[in-house]
Amino acid sequence: MTGLSRGAEALLPPPGRRTRRGTEATLLVGGVIIAVIVLLALVSLVWTPYDTGEINPSERLALSSDRHWLGTDKFGRDVFSLLMVGSQTTLLVGLVSVGVAALVGVPLGILSAMVPKWWGEVIIRANDLLLAFPALLLAIMLTAVHGQGVVTAMIAIGIATIPSFARVVRSGAIGVMKTEYVLAARAAGRRPLAIALRHVLPNVASLVIVQASVSFAIAVLAEAALSYLGLGAPPGTPSWGRMLQEGQELLFVAPRLEVFPGVAIALAVLGFNLLGDGLRDRFDPRLEDRR
Amino acid sequence: MTADVVRVRDLVVTVGAKPLLVDVDVTVHRGERVGLIGESGSGKSLTALAIMGLLPEDLIPAGSVVVTGHSGGGVQRVTSVLEAGEPALAAMRGRDVAMVFQEPMTALNPTMRVGAQVAEIMTIHRTVPDRGAAARRAVELLDRVGLPDPADAARAYPHQLSGGQRQRVVVAMALANDPALLICDEPTTALDVTVQALVLDLVVRGVEARDAGLLFITHDLAVVASVCERVLVMYGGRVVEAGEVQEVFTRPRHRYTRGLIGASDLDLTRPDGKLYTIQGSVPSSGRFPAGCVFRNRCTHATTECESLPPWQGSGPEQGFACWHPVMAS
Repeated sequence: MTGLSRGAEALLPPPGRRTRRGTEATLLVGGVIIAVIVLLALVSLVWTPYDTGEINPSERLALSSDRHWLGTDKFGRDVFSLLMVGSQTTLLVGLVSVGVAALVGVPLGILSAMVPKWWGEVIIRANDLLLAFPALLLAIMLTAVHGQGVVTAMIAIGIATIPSFARVVRSGAIGVMKTEYVLAARAAGRRPLAIALRHVLPNVASLVIVQASVSFAIAVLAEAALSYLGLGAPPGTPSWGRMLQEGQELLFVAPRLEVFPGVAIALAVLGFNLLGDGLRDRFDPRLEDRR
Repeated sequence: MTADVVRVRDLVVTVGAKPLLVDVDVTVHRGERVGLIGESGSGKSLTALAIMGLLPEDLIPAGSVVVTGHSGGGVQRVTSVLEAGEPALAAMRGRDVAMVFQEPMTALNPTMRVGAQVAEIMTIHRTVPDRGAAARRAVELLDRVGLPDPADAARAYPHQLSGGQRQRVVVAMALANDPALLICDEPTTALDVTVQALVLDLVVRGVEARDAGLLFITHDLAVVASVCERVLVMYGGRVVEAGEVQEVFTRPRHRYTRGLIGASDLDLTRPDGKLYTIQGSVPSSGRFPAGCVFRNRCTHATTECESLPPWQGSGPEQGFACWHPVMAS
């Protein structure tokens, strides 16, 4: 495509509905949402409007006001402060679980594309087996063994996310392995490990980034679900999922206690999905760069 | 006779029960340029991959392929490609034998700077003392293949170069370790004609300067005539004719060679004004007729051609296999 002149490019059929401008908007909106959440999490490390550990019965279930922007919960804790601190848990669980998944899934995917066909099939079938296993069930099992906690949630979500990374990377790596530059690298005496690191990995990196972004959204949701079920963050650790659970009994008295963490979760998921979509389109070769 | 850099004897490559190459003999001597011609699907590229030990995993080779490297530092490495293990093959590839591929657009890694790719070839085989030296030598090589502003070119990514420039980079990579044998698989097919001549010149000067052997795969007879000294004609996974370029092109004996040359001659037209062609098309692999592989397309085929024609000639480097050869006049 790079060889096409500007004039010839205009003659090509439009690449689907999405345009470069739409992609930029998606990327921008997703990026801003994620940036705000990350910023709130970072700020909460050093400062929150109120101490989230402090119970203040006189101010319980306060409505939104100048003092408490989003009101207080049944213990009189400031909801905005809780959301800020809760974003730490959300991001940490997402980061670690996606990290674990990528660290295992990416090498697995590349390996399955490079070993002889038969072994590749064995690896990917084992991978599919894990893919078919419900993530929540895995988390419940791990909780039973290791006890409830953020670390358990991270590992459970991470393991459950491995197969999607392995799948995506394998399909990309198989394509790369068929290219002439890999054949040329082999013809130049390159060993398999060097081909994996120097040739295959950089050329599937865009797939990994996109997959990480989408997996992050899934991890945020999974963490919230686990915490809501009482399998994630233990009491006392602020988490969006926990806030949902704690506000449940007051659903008809103070629905805002459900709405605010719910909106936070939805926004985070939306942000990561938009980011992933934007990145995917960015890397889509059919959307030729026109700058 | 000088030492041979590659010696292929009775090479048979099969996939399942289907034979893809049968009894292929190829010898390239040091400093000699040998052409390998034939239509698409006649087994040229497969022969090259077999020499490199790079056949796809489901293709089974038999016979013998021996590669003899340059005698550097008093040690001359001889590799029996079909028997050697992967480490020995990796040591051979890119050093004793190098290869230039057809498509310059895809032969370079899009995520690496070209200078790094050229330097890498040398650091793999430790033919330079360190990375810095490799980088300097890479720029030097890029300069020698005629890239304008080689230091800038070394920092460029492949997509920033034109097709001709990329192919020069590929040639520079292939020649980086002074191989004893250079295999070119249709290196100029994807280039336009003016660039073709430049790349061919680079290849020929490159191998001459290194006293290396050249195995040049193409279906462009004019290119073979200008580059090579000796030629092998392949069809249906077999070598059907071999000899000096001059001899084979002016006095072809095999009916297939004759057809190829007739089809390449644009001055020669049939009475109805059309160009000469070889009738029919190349059968898919494994579907060639028994006996003479060319007999279903040959105008001179008889019942005799149902049995395999014997090789007639002074040896694997000169001769042909045809029951009804074109008479030497």
